[in-house]
Amino acid sequence: MKDNLLLKVSNLDAGYGAIQVLWDINLEVKQKEVVCVIGANGAGKSTLLKNIVGIIPSFKGEIFYSDNNITKMASPERIKMGLGFAPEGRHLFFGLTVEDNLLMGAFQRKYDESVKEDLDFVYTLFKPLKGYRKKLSGNLSGGEQQMCAIGRALMSRPELLIIDELSLGLAPVVVDDLIDILAKLRKERGISILLVEQDVKVALDIADRGYVLEAGAVSIHDTTDKLAKNEHIKTAYLGIA
Amino acid sequence: MGENNTILKIKNLSKHFGALKAVDEVSFEVKKGEIVGLIGPNGAGKTTLTNLATGAFPKTEGKVLFKDLDISNLKPYQIARMGLTRTYQVVKPLIGMTVEENVLVGSLYGKDDRNTDMKNASKRAKEIIKLVGLENKKDSLVSDITLPDLKKMEFARVLAMEPEVVFLDEVMAGLNPTEVEEASVLVKKVRQEKDLTIVYIEHIMKAVMGISDRIIVLHHGRKIVEGTPQEVVNDPAVIEAYLGKRYAKGIKEVNNEG
Repeated sequence: MKDNLLLKVSNLDAGYGAIQVLWDINLEVKQKEVVCVIGANGAGKSTLLKNIVGIIPSFKGEIFYSDNNITKMASPERIKMGLGFAPEGRHLFFGLTVEDNLLMGAFQRKYDESVKEDLDFVYTLFKPLKGYRKKLSGNLSGGEQQMCAIGRALMSRPELLIIDELSLGLAPVVVDDLIDILAKLRKERGISILLVEQDVKVALDIADRGYVLEAGAVSIHDTTDKLAKNEHIKTAYLGIA
Repeated sequence: MGENNTILKIKNLSKHFGALKAVDEVSFEVKKGEIVGLIGPNGAGKTTLTNLATGAFPKTEGKVLFKDLDISNLKPYQIARMGLTRTYQVVKPLIGMTVEENVLVGSLYGKDDRNTDMKNASKRAKEIIKLVGLENKKDSLVSDITLPDLKKMEFARVLAMEPEVVFLDEVMAGLNPTEVEEASVLVKKVRQEKDLTIVYIEHIMKAVMGISDRIIVLHHGRKIVEGTPQEVVNDPAVIEAYLGKRYAKGIKEVNNEG
């Protein structure tokens, strides 16, 4: 794809049944880029991410991933191509241990040394998980479950990591760590990241570019430096009067 | 009521899961009408403490005194009927029912010394829905409303039980800063109007700082610090274990400006 484009969403309409949620969405993620999507609750952020990973079908428009048209492709195929997804609300397998949850993230890979390496990698990123590897995931605290969900997404070795609600329920110090971890993933593994984040300050700090969704349409997209100075964003999303 | 208006007293409370001391000899008091923030790293024991206080888990040791009565061996429904209740971290709406019907469930339940016939319960549910600002959504199915509205609905459902003390477990998680601001105003308004006492668990520091009278910090199941919001956020142990460098930097900037 041109200009190191990894993901390209063009003229996407989507929704649920008769209800259209997204209107003519255009969005791009370049290689090694961190891009955030911000917007009020109900603006369509999660719906957009679910469309990109193929959990819900689109009405109209196309999605390209490194030169392939993936619009009609099933979710597992998209994951195989390099998309990784940490959904909102964690969605862990509560009856499974932490380690088995992580391994589920690699279920389409051959179980070999590289999977074990990635497990170790996730345990170095999220240290508390290592001590709980044989514990049922349902017994973890909320924040630990969030770590497990992001770790599971990493187990598919994604090129593009998609995270819905990065900091939800996490202690500030853990959010600090996660920000460092994402920077490390980009630097050391060349991973691109597309994230939805309610703490708009955090989102603007870690991303290169951002898209603002309002009532299902992109109202503004720009570099995060410029978005942080935008008056509308200050009042509507940062709570700065 | 206890001395000094103490409504809730946690005394040497512990909960062990095997070798793990999830809550380890924690003691604190909450006065009537207070909002006490409960913060701490993930896995510090905040939700477990809530589960102990509201009877969801049996304690290992210690006492929970609600209006001077030891409630630590009672069942959740008994405790709820006495006037101590909680919300859940992950919203638990009754799917397939409207906002009003969900709130009505709380209204029909709750404290046992009140009139819970359908007419009264329905009237109460309507009042609470108005108080939290969900009037125009009252007939919507809960599956059709946004997360901030779901959180309001959960709050309303608990309020409809007419509690005296409520544990709010991350009621603002998933809200953006502007939505957090609105929710904080609502919590303060409700405290005032309902003469409510609140134990408030939250990671969004702006909200915790804005509404708590006092803050208690848990770490590895133990209480490490208790104080005013200002004392707590400037405490090196709290910065190290919980707030982190980004937040500390923010405080420094504010202190320098002030």
